[in-house]
Amino acid sequence: MRPNIDVVIAGWGSYIPLYRVAVEEIAKMWGKSARHFKEELLIDEKAVAGQDEDVATIAVEAAKNALQRSGLAPTSLGAVFVGSESKPYAVKPTGTIVAEAIGATPRILAADMEFACKAGTETLQCCIGLVGSGMINYGMAIGADTAQGAPADSLEFSAGCGGTALIVGRKGYEKEPVATLEGSVSYVTDTPDFWRRPKREYPSHAEAFTGEPAYFAHVLSAGKILMEELSLKPSDFKYAVLHQPNGKFPIKAARMLGFNKEQVDSGLLVPYIGNLYAGSSVTGLSAVLDIAKPGDRIFMASFGSGAGSDAFSFVVNDGIDVKRDRSLTVRNYIKRKRNIDYAIYSKFRRKIVV
Amino acid sequence: MIMRKVAVLSTGLTKVDKHWRKSLRELYGEAAKAAINQTKVPQLDALIIGNMCASDLSDQNNIGALLADYLGMTPSMAYRIEAACGSGGAAVLGAYTAVASGMYDFVMTGGVEKLTDGVGGNTTYSLGKAADAEFELFYGSSFVSLNAMIMNHYMHVYHTSREDFADLAVLMHKNGARNPYAQLPFPITRDTVMNSDMISDPISLYDCAPVGDGAAALLLCPLEDAPKYSDTFVEIVGIAGATDTINISSRTDLLTLNSTVVAADRAYKMAKLTPKDIDVAEIHDTFTITGALSVEDLGFCEKGKFHKMLANGAFEAGGIVAINPSGGLKSRGHPVGATGAYQVAEIAMQLCNKADKWQVPDAEVGLAQNIGGSGSCTYITILRRGR
Repeated sequence: MRPNIDVVIAGWGSYIPLYRVAVEEIAKMWGKSARHFKEELLIDEKAVAGQDEDVATIAVEAAKNALQRSGLAPTSLGAVFVGSESKPYAVKPTGTIVAEAIGATPRILAADMEFACKAGTETLQCCIGLVGSGMINYGMAIGADTAQGAPADSLEFSAGCGGTALIVGRKGYEKEPVATLEGSVSYVTDTPDFWRRPKREYPSHAEAFTGEPAYFAHVLSAGKILMEELSLKPSDFKYAVLHQPNGKFPIKAARMLGFNKEQVDSGLLVPYIGNLYAGSSVTGLSAVLDIAKPGDRIFMASFGSGAGSDAFSFVVNDGIDVKRDRSLTVRNYIKRKRNIDYAIYSKFRRKIVV
Repeated sequence: MIMRKVAVLSTGLTKVDKHWRKSLRELYGEAAKAAINQTKVPQLDALIIGNMCASDLSDQNNIGALLADYLGMTPSMAYRIEAACGSGGAAVLGAYTAVASGMYDFVMTGGVEKLTDGVGGNTTYSLGKAADAEFELFYGSSFVSLNAMIMNHYMHVYHTSREDFADLAVLMHKNGARNPYAQLPFPITRDTVMNSDMISDPISLYDCAPVGDGAAALLLCPLEDAPKYSDTFVEIVGIAGATDTINISSRTDLLTLNSTVVAADRAYKMAKLTPKDIDVAEIHDTFTITGALSVEDLGFCEKGKFHKMLANGAFEAGGIVAINPSGGLKSRGHPVGATGAYQVAEIAMQLCNKADKWQVPDAEVGLAQNIGGSGSCTYITILRRGR
């Protein structure tokens, strides 16, 4: 897919909460071995939202960082979308909370989106559509989550907290573009690999079914179609960012698409912060933008259970060097951490009901 | 009573795998068509199919009619046999008696299982129903934990180590690496087993057969008719089933699979053979301990000595008997209700010289041993190359 009007990324920003819980700590609690999670799924610890944090606060922090990098006035935004599966309210948009908090209201379109882990790139596709059609000049796409796995479930070892905001702008109108979109692909099927019913605290999943018929089938299909449509091959990309439910899946999927480990490493964050769900692939992209040079080409493919994948190709522009240091990088946030035990983690994540 | 001699006319297998996109009927259909297409029989009179978990994991009973319909066999007679992990072997026994009795001439049999229709706890619980629901399952025992108790006891009585058992898994993976139908077709080392996650002490992950889907089909007919329809067929020269106590606490000897001892004795006598006459055997190694007890109770080695014979190469081609050239349950995989049918089909392939890279040279006589539960039932089939 390509918009009628070329679009660019005008700013990017992420936020990762301070707290971490190590997989050993969770394994110890449930009498499980941490080895599988550390050595095979490549997860050391995951980011945990503090007691006063949720998707709205994470999204606001990421949005502020993105705005700061872009140098734009908040009122220049024509839309703000928040993609999440852990929005604070079942009914009441997070998008309006974010828009109000960053000073972008009231002449703005705001909405929330849900597509499991793919919601972050769905917001990006929507902003690309609005900007690319000329309806708005700038739109903000946010992917953020504080998703939880049920206690003792394998997802509890990986479900992390954090998010990223990307500002999409019209090429030409935006004077210092960070990266230009070359094209995108959305690929979805009705594949029930992971779900959460209303009023259920934790999601259900179909274990190994989440792999080959879900993650791999959709990510590989979207990635291959994108490269075919753009007449690009894996070696044309400097970086490849894939959705990261664990470390094993994106590395394997990237290899199957023809990428090497060096192309994947810079955007692979799951060992340090876990799976950020709707924030996963876009935060990987954010980490790559933190270090990319003008001319670099970036591949990104998200995955959302249910299931689908959005794949994108960007080419980095000169504006990136101007805007990079205006905000904390993803790596800054990863280094800024405090480890907590399972008891504190339980309190922060409201697993203890008083 | 005069019984007709029975031949396995042709066989068909699917690779054992996680077949996410294939249903029960598609899996068996694939295997059955492979078997049917190798020969041109005038009709299919009956279908007797082994399956364990479909009613739990696929919400499907009445598997016989389901598959007869899918294969275009209606209105032929069809039914399902359930004997836990021994369902496949029991189905072959049922098909054998159907042909031998003279009631049916051309009988499709085999097994089909789709374990990946369930998720973790459901699958474990469904498999656990092979045990005694009232006196084992109810108290929290799982299939693995029961076998872990047996393995612990074996290690204590015969002074063996986990490493001794690991070497059996290593041989299975070495064999399975050559089998295109194997679910885990790759070699492993003793360290792979020793360092794998502990499931139920002392059984670690690589002591266990994997969870997988698959189907095996066999077409049986009277031996006297077999040459009309195929140049490569095998004769079922010995076949028997036997049972033991359903719960292991009722057994006088935890380290003897009495159902295997009795069924094997009956099958050997029927075939007028002894264990020394067997060139190749597919044995039921759900766990390495099950494999060890099986080679002993089939008469291939003395009790408590499996590890010494294994170390001497006795269970490889050129040894006393080639054990599980397919890779066995450990490497070929264990689609539970289909496993016994895989074993018989694999022996038939060996005797017909159709096993390609996993062929045992000059195999004339082979045995398949299929267990249900923790040895509560066993089905033995002895085959000889068709003459």
